[in-house]
Amino acid sequence: MKQIKTIVAATAALVTVASSAFAADSIKIGEINHYKRMAAFAEPYKMGIELALDEVNEAGGVLERPLEFIFRDDDGKPGDAVKIAEELITRDGVVMLTGTILSNVGLAISSLAGEKKYIYLASEPLADALVWESGNPYTFRLRTSTFVQAAMLAEEAAKTDAVRYATIAPNYAYGTAAVEAFKTNLKKLKPEVEFVTEQWPALFKIDAGAEVQAIEAAKPDAIFNVTFGTDLQKFVREGSTRGVFDGRKVYGLLTGEPEYLEPLGDEAPEGWFVTGYPWYGVEDGPAKDFVNAYEAAYPGETPKIGSLVGYMTVKTVAALIDKAGSTDTDALLEAFKDLKVETPMGEIVYRDIDNQSTMGAYVGTTAVDDGKGVMVDWEYKEPVAYMPSDEDIKAMRPAE
Amino acid sequence: MTAVLKVENLVRAFGGVKAVNGVNFEVAPGELKALIGPNGAGKSTCFNMLMGQLKPTSGTVYLNGENITGRPPRDIWRRGVGRTFQITGTYQSMTVAENVQMALISYHRRIFSIRSYAYRLYREEALALLDIVGMADQADRACAILAYGDLKRLELAIALANEPTLLLMDEPTAGMAPRERIRLMQLTADIVRDRGLSVLFTEHDMDVVFAHAHHIMVLNRGALIADGTASQVRNNEKVQEVYLGGGTLYEQEKANA
Amino acid sequence: MGLFVAQLLTGLANAAALFLVASGLSLIFGVTRIVNFAHGSLYMLGAYFGVMLMQSLPGAVGFWGSIVLSSLIVGAIGIIIEICVLRPVYRAPELFQLVATFGVILVIQDLTLMFWGAEDQLGPRAPGLKSVVRILGEPIPQYDLALIVITPFILLGLWWLISKTRVGILVRAATQDREMVGALGVNQSWLFTGVFFLGSALAGLGGAIQLPKGGADLLMDLNIISAVFVVVVIGGMGSIVGAFVASVLISVLNVFGVAYLPQSTLVLMYVVMAIVLLVRPYGLFGREEKAGEHGQAGEPDRPIRPAGVRGRLFAAALFLALALVPVFGSNFTQVLLTDILIFCLFAASLQFMLSTGGMVSFGHAAFFGGGAYAAALLVTYADSPMELAFLFAPLAAGLLAVVFGWFCIRLSGVYFAMLTLAFSQLVWSLVFQWYDVTGGDDGLVNIWPSAWLSGTTTYYYFTLIVGVGGIIFLRHLIHSPFGYSLRATRDSARQADATGINVTHVQWAAFATAGAMAGLAGGLFVFSKGSVFPNELEIEKSFDALIVVFLGGVKTLSGGVVGAAFMESVKDWLTRLEYWRLILGLLIIGVVIVAPAGIVGTLRGLSERLGLRWTGETTR
Repeated sequence: MKQIKTIVAATAALVTVASSAFAADSIKIGEINHYKRMAAFAEPYKMGIELALDEVNEAGGVLERPLEFIFRDDDGKPGDAVKIAEELITRDGVVMLTGTILSNVGLAISSLAGEKKYIYLASEPLADALVWESGNPYTFRLRTSTFVQAAMLAEEAAKTDAVRYATIAPNYAYGTAAVEAFKTNLKKLKPEVEFVTEQWPALFKIDAGAEVQAIEAAKPDAIFNVTFGTDLQKFVREGSTRGVFDGRKVYGLLTGEPEYLEPLGDEAPEGWFVTGYPWYGVEDGPAKDFVNAYEAAYPGETPKIGSLVGYMTVKTVAALIDKAGSTDTDALLEAFKDLKVETPMGEIVYRDIDNQSTMGAYVGTTAVDDGKGVMVDWEYKEPVAYMPSDEDIKAMRPAE
Repeated sequence: MTAVLKVENLVRAFGGVKAVNGVNFEVAPGELKALIGPNGAGKSTCFNMLMGQLKPTSGTVYLNGENITGRPPRDIWRRGVGRTFQITGTYQSMTVAENVQMALISYHRRIFSIRSYAYRLYREEALALLDIVGMADQADRACAILAYGDLKRLELAIALANEPTLLLMDEPTAGMAPRERIRLMQLTADIVRDRGLSVLFTEHDMDVVFAHAHHIMVLNRGALIADGTASQVRNNEKVQEVYLGGGTLYEQEKANA
Repeated sequence: MGLFVAQLLTGLANAAALFLVASGLSLIFGVTRIVNFAHGSLYMLGAYFGVMLMQSLPGAVGFWGSIVLSSLIVGAIGIIIEICVLRPVYRAPELFQLVATFGVILVIQDLTLMFWGAEDQLGPRAPGLKSVVRILGEPIPQYDLALIVITPFILLGLWWLISKTRVGILVRAATQDREMVGALGVNQSWLFTGVFFLGSALAGLGGAIQLPKGGADLLMDLNIISAVFVVVVIGGMGSIVGAFVASVLISVLNVFGVAYLPQSTLVLMYVVMAIVLLVRPYGLFGREEKAGEHGQAGEPDRPIRPAGVRGRLFAAALFLALALVPVFGSNFTQVLLTDILIFCLFAASLQFMLSTGGMVSFGHAAFFGGGAYAAALLVTYADSPMELAFLFAPLAAGLLAVVFGWFCIRLSGVYFAMLTLAFSQLVWSLVFQWYDVTGGDDGLVNIWPSAWLSGTTTYYYFTLIVGVGGIIFLRHLIHSPFGYSLRATRDSARQADATGINVTHVQWAAFATAGAMAGLAGGLFVFSKGSVFPNELEIEKSFDALIVVFLGGVKTLSGGVVGAAFMESVKDWLTRLEYWRLILGLLIIGVVIVAPAGIVGTLRGLSERLGLRWTGETTR
């Protein structure tokens, strides 16, 4: 019995410590993510956040108070994420919410944010619906829109004489939206293109051999790839083995991001035109400063795109609160209008029209260098020119 | 007066083997009739067809003049046939009384009722039935902890719940001690007398059969070879042929059991 | 023609890993009757060990040696799991072990993350088998051909082991009749351990051998498990040949699905599974289950009684305390309790058919998610008011259950469970892939309650009344004549049938009721979250409910509710921690071992020893 009492006391102590580990006067931000379910993507993201937090707090915090992120794991379940969001706001007293990689979790939190009037900065989700079809005044989005990245690839594709295209994309909302955006933009630039086959493997359950065969059978001139993660690994391996990429130009959305390119090692595809993050190539300016700081903070680690997004999330939050001069929701909402943030990618702006940031994208060609996949001949592109017109966006966004 | 049960040309084949091959018989009102035969003679097959667990290949079964061939067990039960099994099939998670109440609930067509609590329904009637079989004092015990003989008596009480005109009892005394067997059959005989119902039963214990049955039928290789009173059957040549093989009728049967 | 042959070969090569994992699962089930949910985890471990070993062992010998070694290591891990986790709970109620195996999944997930890190590992390629062979002009990877050759040999090896060796004879005998083997003096526990070793080693082999076609990642355990279940069920539980045929069938089908129905590959698999089960309920090579063969182990359920005065007072006090929460508790406490209440209702609906009806469903999420989606679709497309949509949730779920129930109740035991799984996966894949209507993965959002119900506190009271009302209704059903009839069909279907009870109709009605009540919970859920996504229909959701019912106590009335409340609260607290899955997994395994009667069952045992009585229950 005595033992049980000790255990109870110890547990109670642990809870108390865990919940009051930080100074009471910090400004708290609720960060929800799939730290376990999507560990490969969430870990670098979290490291980026922690790096930026250290920087912000060393420089005196915001509004002369320390900035603090409360990390919570939703296990990739939208229902759990919504519950945690409520808990962060009502119990932990966070001033706003950030996070999520999976689009559906992002959409769930966004819907809650619109209903309950919480501010939510969707840092990593890929679905454009967050700011367009399902947009609401309380949801903001940092990551470069999928539409824009697809448009950048389409622009490059239009320059070649390829006419017959094959697409392969994970069979969920992000994949369908990406293919749709690529088709729309390419057809606008080059009406004679035709899409000879569309492949839709289930996310992370690709049957790569079969997919490659189906693409080969359609005899396309070029391929548009949206698969990522383990799907990409399997697709690249089967495709290279079976020679489906020989003599064909491949356009890869996100393929150049270190999260996806690095695990491929020397099997990384060569000559694909991709969007990504060539951190190894940047030589000066804030982009280089970030890489240096990251490598100094985490010896043996190299930055991923997630690290950058995490870092920019904190920078956004800090700039937002500074500009608002308060942590009041209305003040924050007001401050978000055309908020300018200095980031490793240069200055970005949160557009008033759709709450989307003007974070751009690096585009370039893949190559293998010293046994590693890299992007060469890359450039950083500003996104605004690739966005749909303001009228189109207004038509998409529900009445506010 | 029409027969309670009338069986015409009942046949059941499993593959090429005819387990029951053209059986005809009747059970008269108030009659206590036994169906005996060596192992594998087709008694259980026959029984299962009467109660609907098994569909006959051909032939007809009439209950009080109505053709009930091939009807499911629950329909036959609704027409006034009670049944006990060789291996008891009571509801282990209910009390003794609830087991009987369940049958009464079914009899009163309240299976799908969601009003009121089941344990309150028809309790008096259930206790009365339990009283008949001498189980009233155990009404609130869990069925799972009953002794085997008590389970058999409980089954009998359940079988009476639908006020049957006919009881089908498959090896009612199997697995019981000799004294209990006599008690159970005496009880059955009393019920037949008091309620005026008919009973058809199979049995291995020849003492039980010859002491209690009004009439006895002998089944061998799927066919009836005798149907009559105890002495008629005892003196039937075919029966002697089937059962005799070095011992008397009784000893042979006991060896089989 | 060339393409056709090439597609066929791809399908055959893909079948290899699937067959290995499925045959292991099937073997374990055949002998031990354990449905090992953790089999995907063993497959994942095989892949990780394979990558690790291949990196240190060079050349072709190193490559193939690594595959064999990983298989043996995973086999050894299987032994540890069997001895430490499963052996203590063999005597628990039927299927109770699957809760323990779910705990194992969580533990292995976190241990793998701790040990190998988060990054996906690319599988090394097979030395000497890196290029392609041209067959009818189509390029076929050499490794694919190697797999096509190897798999039949493994099948042959297994066949030899099982039909020609003494161990195999014992295994076969145990598959047919466990008690008999025990009676013949064979040490059953070592036989079980041995079979677990073999089954696990096969899963590990599958994980390692697929490396050149993929790699190792943290999602592969759950990704393969549903396909493996499909294969085992189509092939027939316990049949190795069946597992082989079904793996080939599913893999080949999938390859052609990719070519001709690229957007419906998932649906296709489950449609095939459902059709096979409808035509051959025990799978292509399965053996018919004899009734009562897997009757409930352990002591029989006790007679029940509605709660006595003390129990009612306790429930009333609890309800009052819950009603007072908004006065004293924080806003979030209400949100959390709303979640818990919804989950409790969901679990109670499963327990109704599982405990009272003896029908173990692996697919109850179909009705929870089905109800949620029904309401959400009505709001999205018909713009219907919330009140109407809310009422539609249990109605639609109930109708769905009527349809599925018609097929499912014809089976029993584990085959019933598998058919419910097939149907729920069918619903899930439909919702997931029918993007135009359901929004697919992006779900349906902005499904909020009407103005008079919005606001955390108001909705909390709404959930409290509907949720507790639903639970009380289900409890009342259990004590009503209908509930007794259902229990009668569970205790002895033969006796029930012989006393005028239409067993099929009673079970069907119970199935539909459970479905409708799960749909009610789904309706509460969707309006509390404002959105619904396919994961409310997933296997995991069904398992969640199953686990809390077992954890709470199958042979009790309130097990589901107590288990659900326990699980939700624990999870809410644990997910703050870094390695929460590890702790939760260990906790589940701990509860399973310490309290095999479930939380309520064990507490009841304890309180009886202390002389307390909560109901008018009769003593035993």
